[in-house]
Amino acid sequence: MSAGAPWAEALVSALIVLGGSFALIGSWALVRLPSLMERLHGPTKASTLGLGALLVASVAYFQLIEGKWTTHELLVSVFLFVTAPISANLIAKVHLHRLRLGEASEAVGPAGTQPPPAPGVEWATHQAPHEGSAGDLQGD
Amino acid sequence: MIETALAIGLAALSLALALNLWRLFKGPGVADRILALDTMVINVIGLIVLAGIASGSGTTFEAALLLAMVGFVGTVAYAKFLLRGDIVE
Repeated sequence: MSAGAPWAEALVSALIVLGGSFALIGSWALVRLPSLMERLHGPTKASTLGLGALLVASVAYFQLIEGKWTTHELLVSVFLFVTAPISANLIAKVHLHRLRLGEASEAVGPAGTQPPPAPGVEWATHQAPHEGSAGDLQGD
Repeated sequence: MIETALAIGLAALSLALALNLWRLFKGPGVADRILALDTMVINVIGLIVLAGIASGSGTTFEAALLLAMVGFVGTVAYAKFLLRGDIVE
């Protein structure tokens, strides 16, 4: 490991510690919080931000200390920042679906119980958003 | 200085993985287990990035990128299977 300027080492070290802390906070939220809808917040926000800090630390390390310009990390971070909300949305849909089927139970946390869906409709976990759109299984 | 920061970061990510493993075994629902697996993939990507910094070689990022993609596809596949009973419709 070659040595760089002191401020560069300090920057990389601070980003690594920040990223590790945020990843740990996200995983701690996964253990600590009482219901799934609250648990979703930790990994999707804190852990993703922590990993972003680690990837920025990697870019800074290779550029400032090793003198190599790498962009793979930015690709990873862009991909993660795009996919984290999608997977969180799908996990929340699985939870709502299983709640409706009675296969899951919801603990009541500090955020209270979840609001009911609008009158006359269900949570859109199984049905297509609109009649006749892709995924509409009427007539199968 | 970077060596100390790397040790702290590796310790934090390892502890985070242990916490995810606890949630994976504890449950209580299937959605919790999917979420725990998704978080484990994120933490392992962090470990790979730290290992890349520690070794000073840029050869680990393909692994990180592949894991990011496969982890997302795996989460979507689990969720889709539980929602529709089918993965590719």
